[in-house]
Amino acid sequence: MKIAPFWPAAALLFVLGAASTFAVDEYYFVAGYIVLQGLIMATAWNILGGFTGYVNFGSAGFFAMGAYTSVVLYTAIDPPVFVAIVAAAVVCGLLGFGAGYLTLRLRGVYFAIATLALAIVLETLMVNWDYVGGATGAFIITPDTEFFPSYNAFMFVLMLALAIGSVGLARYLNYSRIGRGLAAIRDDEVAAECAGVPTLRLKLISTTIMGAMMGVAGALYPYFVTFVEPLSAFNLIVAVNAIAMPMIGGTATWVGPVIGALLLGSVQEWTKVNISSELNLLIVGVLLVGFVALAPQGIVGLAQKFGAWIRAHREKRQGDGRAAA
Amino acid sequence: MLRIRLTCLRAWALAGVLAVSLSAVAAFPGAARAAEPIKIGFSMTLTGGLAGNGKAALVAMEIWRDDINKKGGLLGRPVEFVYYDDATNPANVPGIYTKLLNVDKVDLVVSSYGTNLIAPAMPIIMKKKLVFMTLFGLAVNDRFNYDRFFQIMPSGPEPKTDWSRGFFELAMAQNDKPKSIALLATDSEFSKNAVAGARTNAQKAGLEIVYDKTFKPGTADFSPIVRAIQATKPDLVYVGCYPPGAAGIVRAANELGLEAKMFGGSMVGLQYAALLTKLGPQLNGMVNYDFWAPEPTLNFPGIEEFLEKYQARAAEAGVDPLGHYLPPYAYAYLEILAQAVEAVGSLDDHGKLADYIHDTTFNTVVGPVSFAKNGEWSKSRVLMVQFQDLEENNVEQFHKPGKRVVLYPSEVKSGEFIYPYNKAR
Amino acid sequence: MFSIDLLSNALVAGLLLGGFYAAVALGLSIVFGQLDIVNIAHPAFVILGSYVVYMMNTAYGLDPVLAGLLFTPLFFVLGVVVYRIYYAGFERTGRESLAGLAFFFGVMFIVEVTIILIYGVDYRLVDAAYIGHTLHVGIIDLPYRMLVPFLAAMAMTGGIAFYLSRTFTGRAILAVSQDRLALELMGANPIRIKSLAFGIGLATAAIAGALLIIIGPVEPSFGRVYIGRVFAIVILGGMGSIKGTLLAALLIGVSESMVQTFIGPSWADAVAFSVLLLTLVLRPQGLYGRL
Repeated sequence: MKIAPFWPAAALLFVLGAASTFAVDEYYFVAGYIVLQGLIMATAWNILGGFTGYVNFGSAGFFAMGAYTSVVLYTAIDPPVFVAIVAAAVVCGLLGFGAGYLTLRLRGVYFAIATLALAIVLETLMVNWDYVGGATGAFIITPDTEFFPSYNAFMFVLMLALAIGSVGLARYLNYSRIGRGLAAIRDDEVAAECAGVPTLRLKLISTTIMGAMMGVAGALYPYFVTFVEPLSAFNLIVAVNAIAMPMIGGTATWVGPVIGALLLGSVQEWTKVNISSELNLLIVGVLLVGFVALAPQGIVGLAQKFGAWIRAHREKRQGDGRAAA
Repeated sequence: MLRIRLTCLRAWALAGVLAVSLSAVAAFPGAARAAEPIKIGFSMTLTGGLAGNGKAALVAMEIWRDDINKKGGLLGRPVEFVYYDDATNPANVPGIYTKLLNVDKVDLVVSSYGTNLIAPAMPIIMKKKLVFMTLFGLAVNDRFNYDRFFQIMPSGPEPKTDWSRGFFELAMAQNDKPKSIALLATDSEFSKNAVAGARTNAQKAGLEIVYDKTFKPGTADFSPIVRAIQATKPDLVYVGCYPPGAAGIVRAANELGLEAKMFGGSMVGLQYAALLTKLGPQLNGMVNYDFWAPEPTLNFPGIEEFLEKYQARAAEAGVDPLGHYLPPYAYAYLEILAQAVEAVGSLDDHGKLADYIHDTTFNTVVGPVSFAKNGEWSKSRVLMVQFQDLEENNVEQFHKPGKRVVLYPSEVKSGEFIYPYNKAR
Repeated sequence: MFSIDLLSNALVAGLLLGGFYAAVALGLSIVFGQLDIVNIAHPAFVILGSYVVYMMNTAYGLDPVLAGLLFTPLFFVLGVVVYRIYYAGFERTGRESLAGLAFFFGVMFIVEVTIILIYGVDYRLVDAAYIGHTLHVGIIDLPYRMLVPFLAAMAMTGGIAFYLSRTFTGRAILAVSQDRLALELMGANPIRIKSLAFGIGLATAAIAGALLIIIGPVEPSFGRVYIGRVFAIVILGGMGSIKGTLLAALLIGVSESMVQTFIGPSWADAVAFSVLLLTLVLRPQGLYGRL
């Protein structure tokens, strides 16, 4: 695949995004932040889910642990935001590695349930840990930003950079040797083992990267909401979106989660302020079920099939033309 | 060819699903209203865990809006609400308030319901230096120390300990003095805070704490917990919990025949019609917090009228039919805001508004209200009520006095305390 | 304060609770254990059952268990329909694992949100003559609120176990999970058998829902707490074993009760999930299962 166009395009996107903070209204950055958060989560999930074929139901756990890493650091030493991001990546990457090591020997279905169990156990631990506020929750006071017009703009730009980085990483994985190994595992793990693919190692790489990325998405959450408590940090909508977005967009490549996140995220943000938030969940559920049942390859798959159909149609017409002539 | 046709079919089916979802989205009328003179903006918990109270608060607020518009509006202009549902999810709050202030350009803001939904809005409000009337959050301003913050819940200037003060004062005033106490709390913010305050009060009163645990909201069966409490033979049992816990604990206590001198505390849910009716006589003798009850000592001007209007709308709106707990306060805090705006004469100088609110005692449907420096009530008015003579399955009884007897504070005391607990059952 | 009284009551309360858990897990045991369908939406259907029972109880004063029984045919049909959709969309094309899971995840959401849209998020309770009274046997207290669901659950579990081992269709259900081809050769239609099984699984959800709302108040998202418990029970018990499910349910019920009483209620939820994790890591086939 062409490596060339991606990075320059991404850089341009970033500059545009940063510049727009000076022109566009603040509300859109708040909404944009949430959409980008979903994008990172979707991309992360897809590395293990779409590329490798192992479903993770406990995305909220990794996300929340990233958030709580930030809270711990804030309570202890109040470091700059970047330190929190790196720390969250490390902590959640280790968490992903550990979880993978414990459960990846299980069949796919058991792995999925184990991830759900893990998320609940983590939630119980956080609820009982008073240092981070336990069930009561912890406050984070947002610092003042000098360069950007508002705090939300700063968070948005930061998130944009992280999102581009995540997608870039996913894209690299997709087209590298590692990606091919993961695809082999997804298609037929036993055959892959027989062919010499180091399945356990690749799976562990997959879960570690997924964990780290989700942790990064969660690391900024406390700074954004300023109040963190277990019930909303371990929120189920985060987990569902992490699954729904890639499934709707298309799980085979890095493009799917991006499309799914942008589409679903925007619809959700619009619904939230124009109708109701409960309807939000219904829409996610219906869309998820609809796409999973009718368009399993997602939007990317549909686009590919449509492209193939057009090409076949064109060839047929050319063939007919030649036959007639 | 067949495969492509099948794909076509699937694509159409998918388009159908999308169309149905999007039309479902479009079929619902938008909640935001467009340009009308004075706009008050807020987010509210209309769905999610706190929806019951959020919807009730909205009914009360709408009654206020209709009342004030009938009298000619605020500063001569009609009042309109611009509100969004935050779904009891704190993550939605910053976005909503940013939209309200920057895009909808509301003139005044008030809060959503509950600590977790008020706190995330604080940084935005503080940056814009606006007056912020808030609805039922516990000790939110302890962290922020914002001088334009006001809280309508009558917890008092030291909310955490003020909450349970009445319970302990009543207990220690008895001749048969209690010596030990069991503390139980739901694993969530309000309950833990209330019980933390109780712990402090208990230590100050020299009581021995013989049981001190928390339980998770999803607990199905409370018999083991109540039995464990019983085994420690406490004189007092103080519980902080939410409705499902309240129902479970009260039932378990009755099933096992809990023996204590006083039982109750900060159990949320024992103020709502649904639980009051279902539990009925099982509540007799319990001493719990409340904010308002139809006792003669709490008959403030305007409250009867308000409750009539509220109860008329309640059934349709699917909210608590009694409306004694949150709705009067939701009405009152808008009364205060409006009175301040009228007095100051403008919407622009929030500093003057804040000063006015700090310096004045307001007359509202929940009685006279004045604020301390930290925005809380200058004096706590968390009531301690005792359930007496409750009958089974009768919701009408709660409209009359004598069922929820106010024991504390003494200014509004309306009956005698039956002590110990077992005597009242 | 470790007394015989406390200990024995905690044990009994745990058994009663565990019996009830078995009722909830039974449907999943059939569907997941026998048919390998990861119906993560099962708890949501149990909650649906609770609400249906609530509606009957409030409108007609019908006893909850009776109301639950009344609705089993309807839930059975619902189960058949859901299975047919699942089969058409997933099983036939062989994409069960990832897409199937996602499908049920979506179904769970739809069920939950539909309940919220109709009933709102407030807690609902039911009334019955026996709720609030206790049977005292020596030092043991048996609240009827727990005893009745326990007995009903035992009856249902026994009934299902009998059906699966003694009747033709029941044994066909057991067979379809073991060797589908052989079953076809024996003259039974596997698709019909699986629809039947799924229907039965969902029918148990109606009764389980009735029992749930007898024990305590229910609200729409209550099912989420049960997802982990139910899967923990089925996996600990071993896939495909009703006996295992029952035993596992009792074990988990007793552990939760013990933890609640002696350690602290806030850790009780983690019990089921920790057990689940341990089982998956140490002995994935569970107590009675074959992996």
